[in-house]
Amino acid sequence: MTARSHRNVALHPLRTLGLAASLALLAGCAHWIEDPETAPGEETELETEDFDPTEAEALEDPSDADEERLERARAEGLDPDDPLDAAVLDEPDSPLATRRVHFAFDSSDIRDEDIPVLEAHAEFLREHPDERMTIEGHTDERGSREYNLALGERRAEAVERLLRANGARSDQLEVVSYGEEDPLIDESNEDAWAENRRAELLYER
Amino acid sequence: MTRLNRVWSTVYLAALLMLPGQASADDVVIDIIGGIEGATPIAVVPFQRADGADPETGIAPIITANLARTGRFDVLPEDDLVATPGRMEDVRFSTWRAQGVDHLVVGGIDNASDGRYEVRFELLDAFQGQRTDGRRYRAEERHLRTLAHTISDRIYEAITDRPGTFTKRIAYVAVEQREDGEGRQHRLVVADSDGHRPQTILTSDEPLLSPAWSPSRDRLAYVSFEGRRSEVFVQEIRTGEREQVASFRGINSAPAWSPDGDRLAVTLSRDGAANIYLIDLASGEVRPVTDHWAIDTEATWGPDGEWIYFTSDRGGRPQIYRTTPDGGETERVTYEGAYNARPSISPDGERMAMVHRHDGQYYIALQDLETEAVQIISDGPADESPSFAPNGDLVIYTAGGTEGQRLATASVIGGAVAPLESTERPDTRVREPAW
Repeated sequence: MTARSHRNVALHPLRTLGLAASLALLAGCAHWIEDPETAPGEETELETEDFDPTEAEALEDPSDADEERLERARAEGLDPDDPLDAAVLDEPDSPLATRRVHFAFDSSDIRDEDIPVLEAHAEFLREHPDERMTIEGHTDERGSREYNLALGERRAEAVERLLRANGARSDQLEVVSYGEEDPLIDESNEDAWAENRRAELLYER
Repeated sequence: MTRLNRVWSTVYLAALLMLPGQASADDVVIDIIGGIEGATPIAVVPFQRADGADPETGIAPIITANLARTGRFDVLPEDDLVATPGRMEDVRFSTWRAQGVDHLVVGGIDNASDGRYEVRFELLDAFQGQRTDGRRYRAEERHLRTLAHTISDRIYEAITDRPGTFTKRIAYVAVEQREDGEGRQHRLVVADSDGHRPQTILTSDEPLLSPAWSPSRDRLAYVSFEGRRSEVFVQEIRTGEREQVASFRGINSAPAWSPDGDRLAVTLSRDGAANIYLIDLASGEVRPVTDHWAIDTEATWGPDGEWIYFTSDRGGRPQIYRTTPDGGETERVTYEGAYNARPSISPDGERMAMVHRHDGQYYIALQDLETEAVQIISDGPADESPSFAPNGDLVIYTAGGTEGQRLATASVIGGAVAPLESTERPDTRVREPAW
C-alpha cells in the first residue's frame, strides 16, 4: 500500500537507473567502435583544415547544454526522453511538476491556487494524446471510512471534470478513490490531515 | 478499561473504607458512573482445580471479563472475594449477601478419564440460597476458551433473560507495518468475541475494510483493494473460498447482507455518484435502490428487511436516511448534530448505533428509533465503525485516538466502555469490527 503511494517517489530512482543503463549502453557502443580488432583495416588520406576556435565559440557547444540537462535530470530523477519530464526539465517552474492538489475539510472544491496546475496538466494531456493519468482521491482519517471512500472519489472527480473542461479526453483519465486508507502522513493532527486531504495525479508509466 | 477500572476501584475503595457499608457504596457508584446503576452484583469465584488439572486457560477470568463488559453486571473484584468455594455445598450464602452479592458463580476443573478436562459450573442465587443453573462439560484444553464463553452465555441468559452473545465470533481488520519495512500489511481476522484466538483469513498489501457477517454466519462480505481499487468479495470462512461480487467502474464498497442472506446492499458509483444498489447473490443481478447526485453509502438493513438505512450528504452534511429496498419512500432519520454516519441497527430494530460528531470529535452514539433520543456511548475522540452484538446488548466499534486504533465495546445501557484485550502486536491498528 505504502509502496503504491510512494509510486511517484519510487519511480524516480528507477528512472535514474534506466538512464544510467542507457548511458552504460552508449559507453559500450563507443568502446565497440574503437575496438581495433573490428575496426575497418584500410586507411585513407584526410584533408587538412585550419581550426578556428572563435567560430566554435560562437556556437554554444550543444553537448554542454545536453550534459547540463542530463545532469539535472539525473539529480531530479527525471527522464529527458519522457515528454512530461522533459517539460518539467525545460521549465523548472512548470506547474506540471506539481502532481498533488489539496482540499479543505469535507470539501471537494478545487482551490484557486490549484487551477493553473490542473490547467497545465490538461494542456499537457491534450498535446500528448497517448498519455494516461490516474487521479487518486484521498481524505483524512476523521469520520466514517466508507463515507470517506465516497468523498475521495468526489475529490478525484472534481479534478477529472476540470481536466476534461480544459481539453483532456475522458479516456485519458481514470478515477480511483482510496478514501482514508492511504494517508501521506500517518499521524493524527491538523497538519497531517491537511496533507492527507488530496488528489494525486499519477501519469501511467 | 478506563471506565470499568474506575467502577471497580470505586467499589473497592468503598468496600475498604466502609465495610460492609453497601448503601454508601451504592451512592458513590451511582454518582460517579451513571451507567452501572442497576447493574447486578455478581461474584465469580476462581474455579477449583483438582490435583494435576492445571490447564493454562482459566475459566473464571474469561467469564468475569465477559460479564463486566456488558455493563449489566457489577462483578466483585477477585481481591474482594471473602471465600473461594468450589461447589454449592461449601457456600455460606449469608457471607455473600452481606457483601451485597446477588449471584455467585462457582466451579471446578478436573481431569476426565479420557485425557480431556471435566469442567463444572454452578450459578447460585445468594438471596434464595439456591442453584439457578449448573452443568458439567468434558472438553479438550484447546476448547476451554469456547467453553468459558458458553458458560458466560448461560449465566447471562439465566440472569438477564436475554440471549448471550459471547460465543459469537467477531471479524476485524488488522493493519501493521510489514516486517520488511515495505509499507503496510492488512489482514482480515476472525476471533473470539473477546478478541482472543485470532485467525487471519486474508492478508493483503492493499487496504481491506467493511467486513460483514452473513446472517448464517458462515461467510464474510468485505471490501478489498487488492485490484488497486475497491471491490466487494464474499468469502466462506471455513474453506477460504471467495467470490468477487462487485467490480464495476468506480467505487464498489460497503456490503450489507439482507436479513434472508440472499442479497447484498452495496455502494457503487458505476453510474456516476455513489448510490446504494442491491446485488442478488444467486443471479448476480444488480438493481439500484437510491439514485441521487449526493453521496449515498453505508447501507444497513433493519431486522425485518423492510428498511435500508444509509448515510447521505444530500442535505449538505452526512446524515442517516432510510428507504425501502425498492427505493421508494425515503426519509431522514438523524437530526441531532452536523455529522451522523455508518448506521448499525439493533437486532430488535429499536435502536441505531452510528458515528456521531460532537464538539469536533467522533463518538459512537445510539439513537432510539422511536423517540429519536440520541445518547453518546463511547469515549471518543475518533471512534468509528459501530456494529451491534447479535443480542443487541453491546456495540463493538473502533476506538481511535492518538494512540492508534483498537477495538472496544460499549453497553447499550450506557456507562460501560471496555477495550478488547487484543492479541495483536501493540503497534497493530485493529479496526472495522463486525459482530
